Amino acid sequence: MFEVSELSKNFGGVTAVDKVSFSVAEGEIFSIMGPNGAGKTTLLNLISRFYDVDAGTIRFDGQDITRVSPHEIARFGIARTFQNIELFERETVLQNLLIAHYIHRKTNVISDLLFLPRVRRQEVQFRKEVEDIVDLLHLQRYREQYIHALPFGVRKLVELARALCLRPKLLLLDEPSSGLNPEESEDLSYWIEDINKEVGITILMVEHDMNLIGQLSNRVLALASGRSIALGSPMKVKDHPDVISAYLGT
Amino acid sequence: METFFQLLISGIAQGCVYGLVAIGFVLIYKATEMVNFAQGDIMMLGAFFTITLINYLNWNYFLAIIVAILAMAVVGLVLERVLLRRMIGESPFAILMVTIGLGFVLRSVVGMIWGHNPRSIVTPYTDQSLQFGAVVFPVADVVVVAATVVLCGLTFLFFRYTRFGVAMQAASQNQLAAYYVGIPVKRVVAASWALAAALAAIAGVLLLPLKSAYPEVGLVLGIKAFAAAIVGGFGSLPGAMIGGLVIGLVEIFTKYGIDGRVGFSVSDTSVYVLLLVMLIVRPSGIFASMQRKKV
Amino acid sequence: MRFVLKTDYHRDVDLFRDKVQLGWYAALIIFVLCVPIFTGKYVESQLTLVFLWSIAGAGLMILVGYTGLISLGHAAFLSVGAYTHAIFLDLGVPPFVSIPLAMLFCGALGVVVSIAALRMTGIYLAIATLAFAMIVEKIVKNWSSVTGGNAGFRVAPPELFGWELNSTSYYYVCLVVLLVVMLCVINLLRAPTGRAFIAVRDSEISAQATGINLIQTKALAFAVSAALTGLAGTLLAYQWHYLFPDSFSMITSIKLLMLVIIGGLGSMSGVIFGAIFMTLLPDGIATLRDWLPDAIGNLPGLEPFTFGLLLILFLIFEPRGISGRWKKIRLFFGQFPLYRNKTLRRQRSFLRTERVH
Repeated sequence: MFEVSELSKNFGGVTAVDKVSFSVAEGEIFSIMGPNGAGKTTLLNLISRFYDVDAGTIRFDGQDITRVSPHEIARFGIARTFQNIELFERETVLQNLLIAHYIHRKTNVISDLLFLPRVRRQEVQFRKEVEDIVDLLHLQRYREQYIHALPFGVRKLVELARALCLRPKLLLLDEPSSGLNPEESEDLSYWIEDINKEVGITILMVEHDMNLIGQLSNRVLALASGRSIALGSPMKVKDHPDVISAYLGT
Repeated sequence: METFFQLLISGIAQGCVYGLVAIGFVLIYKATEMVNFAQGDIMMLGAFFTITLINYLNWNYFLAIIVAILAMAVVGLVLERVLLRRMIGESPFAILMVTIGLGFVLRSVVGMIWGHNPRSIVTPYTDQSLQFGAVVFPVADVVVVAATVVLCGLTFLFFRYTRFGVAMQAASQNQLAAYYVGIPVKRVVAASWALAAALAAIAGVLLLPLKSAYPEVGLVLGIKAFAAAIVGGFGSLPGAMIGGLVIGLVEIFTKYGIDGRVGFSVSDTSVYVLLLVMLIVRPSGIFASMQRKKV
Repeated sequence: MRFVLKTDYHRDVDLFRDKVQLGWYAALIIFVLCVPIFTGKYVESQLTLVFLWSIAGAGLMILVGYTGLISLGHAAFLSVGAYTHAIFLDLGVPPFVSIPLAMLFCGALGVVVSIAALRMTGIYLAIATLAFAMIVEKIVKNWSSVTGGNAGFRVAPPELFGWELNSTSYYYVCLVVLLVVMLCVINLLRAPTGRAFIAVRDSEISAQATGINLIQTKALAFAVSAALTGLAGTLLAYQWHYLFPDSFSMITSIKLLMLVIIGGLGSMSGVIFGAIFMTLLPDGIATLRDWLPDAIGNLPGLEPFTFGLLLILFLIFEPRGISGRWKKIRLFFGQFPLYRNKTLRRQRSFLRTERVH
């Protein structure tokens, strides 16, 4: 359902992503691994359209999304999280999740200005939906807290919740375990599994933690210096000679 | 043709003053990422120090200038220590507003002490002029240009060859890394303020023979110098100087070239139009140094 | 401390937290309604000014406090609103047509500014709006055939459906307009549109990732902000009787910014606090002059000095403004003796340069 072919990106002569192709099947957890500077995050930024693609195509659900604007990506049903967390810092968890309902709104500026009954009904509806996600990720006790007062692990979870509020078909996770301690990382892997199995969202994840990748993913793509070097099951990719040499250096 | 050359030199002289104030903006911005909107008012304060020393205490012109410049460097240090150091880590907007508030305070304090009448000084070269063929240059203009050239040279040498200059450059590029390699970042930041204030004082001294000083003189001049810094890319010292010249020349030529013909003061707005166009077309200036945020 | 038990999602959407809060606000409005009965013309006109500056401040607050876009040139919208309205009145257009037209014009101008400022952020945007305001100011000054230039432009007295309004009825008109504006802005902020503003303020990248169109949202914020400030301009024109270009200088823009900062960024009650503060400060200084020794009291620069000093002090010691301080005081008594200084600690961020060299 999601397909990237021959994707390339240059930064002033440096090829960050070099003709990378892969496809993600519906319901799959697909991981991208690689050493630092392999182009993993660049690839994710290309998919969420923060960077312009130099060559190649991105297709999702049969549509070409190589050239759409970054804010339209969410409407196609693709949500993402960020490596260093990009939450709306000065607001509460509840507000953060409500902001993410923006694409589901059916009201316009004028009706918002007058707060017509349908705006009120919509607000109540949004709050019900937020509660479902709060329940799913056990965020009840943080609901009214401001983001800047929350510990890092909880913020990661809030970001995940915010991505889920978009009701995506495909969820992009950028280094979900970075900055987490082993227990938090363990918990996170259960959440990801739940989201995948119970909510039925396809997941494309960039990760460096081999344990997490091995635990969760159906297939893995290994990148090194912007090129794809191996693709297959976690076990197979892990033992691939090119992958080992990329990690250990040649 | 003679008018052209005369306008050219007075435009360049005016541009040099803008450039010097602009260099102060850029220095502080590079060292601390702070935009100091009171730079023009600091220049005004420097001019008033000089006026006091020469007109009221009857000091020698050159001695007065040196003392005024040093005094302003101290003012810069004090401002950094008392005010701006507290703002480290606050949003750039909050810092900008603090310096705007500082501008208000400086203007009104100067107004309280020296009054609001325009004042000037008599320099050794007042009312003297040089003649090249049919073209007559006021010596004041030539002095401004010459002094600016010398100052630019000194600034270049300072940043290129002195230990402290190199440290300042390093700190401006990456504060944390500079701190790790043992550069006293706090002192560097303080020095940037002192240097910027001293440069502003020099600009004030040079401006005096061209224009009389009054408490509000720094406000509009500061905005024009800011425009110069933006035109120059806001991260480049030579850029700021070039930007200053561009602003000075545009202003003077629109004043004499267009205003008289259309009966409408175009020169008043020309600088702002230039600034706006520059920001729209190339927000990073001629010498770009900004980049998008990374995720 | 009172606890509010929310048993229904509607309670979370409502304007007031509970009946007690509603009661306080109702009492405040009744008090303000009664003021002209007990006081003289001076207090009445000062309060009218508070209302008008609150409307202008509400416009700027949307932009600076909620969308995170800085404008150093909002006096331009005030000026355009006031002059457009006054000129329309002069041409015989009735006020209830002329005011919306002036607002519309300001809104459109706001959109133009936002489109011009598409690629700018932070300080650059502030400078661009400053340049824009300078240009507007010079045009108003120089285009004397239309605006009267420095000689000023006379504004027709306020009338409503043919009845000329005296200062007391104008007081009530301004109060009603302020209440409507406040209601509309708060409505906007508790609905998706306003939340999009907040999203853009806190993280442009995340806003985009959640499907918010940056260009559209910023343009909208500018439009609403400019239209409201323009509305304040049209009403100020009546209050001032004569319009001069110098009434809308850069200093006015900065005073508007001071209003929202001292009031408290990101708070609509802050707008009212700020407007009261900015209107009463000159009176306060005037009273203070009598108490101070003549040598200090007669100095002409006392007012800008106090403005500047207070701005600096607020930014250093209470960046959340009067409204932030008010919240802390309430929290202190509400949670006594549990309140700690750290409860509402300020967030500082380390210098993260976005420059490349």
